[in-house]
Amino acid sequence: MSIAGLAILSWWLMALARGADAYATFEKASHHPVGLIVLIGLTWSFFQHLLSGIRHLTMDTGAAFDLGVNKTFAVLTILGSVVLTALLWVWFLGYVK
Amino acid sequence: MSIGESSTPLGKVRGLGSAREGGEHWLTERVTSLALLLLGTWFIASLLLLPKLDQPTLVEWLHAPSGVIPMALLIIVGFKHALDGMKVFIDDYVHEPGSNFVINTLLLFAAVAGAAIALYALAALAFGVAA
Repeated sequence: MSIAGLAILSWWLMALARGADAYATFEKASHHPVGLIVLIGLTWSFFQHLLSGIRHLTMDTGAAFDLGVNKTFAVLTILGSVVLTALLWVWFLGYVK
Repeated sequence: MSIGESSTPLGKVRGLGSAREGGEHWLTERVTSLALLLLGTWFIASLLLLPKLDQPTLVEWLHAPSGVIPMALLIIVGFKHALDGMKVFIDDYVHEPGSNFVINTLLLFAAVAGAAIALYALAALAFGVAA
């Protein structure tokens, strides 16, 4: 997932740098249904990784090891990643249309 | 006789336990994660604040120092964090020392090459004539 994300970031930057034609190719791929599924999936995995990471950083301090609290946090990372992905893509899709 | 098969208590524990290294790697993963928390927030907030997401707008954004510098940091820290994370995955599953070394070396080369490609593109945007 990280490899795919960084590869697409590099492709995006390279397309931007190479001019309008190259960027049009990137946009064609990123606006294609398959491209959108890949990008939305990567966004979701990014937010899930980010929220899990915050959870684990909190646990690194020794906090939130109480079973109930720990489980609540774990469930919240999943809900949070879905909500953040949805919010970001509702906004992005305004541009794709 | 392999490790753990000795009949004496000392022989049983030799070679097990702490590798006496890895703490730095563990800490680097966490420090880069904190940096990426800031840089990731910057990246998403920047995209949200741009008036449009077409090529000229994006090129203008990544032509100014306020866009180029955080993006350079995002690329460097992002590839480093991914490399560190993938190394843990490989060390967890590839136990044979030769294969472990080969795969980790290939991973390192891939990460450095990827970062170089992304930084080249960013440099072209930063120092090129804005489209």
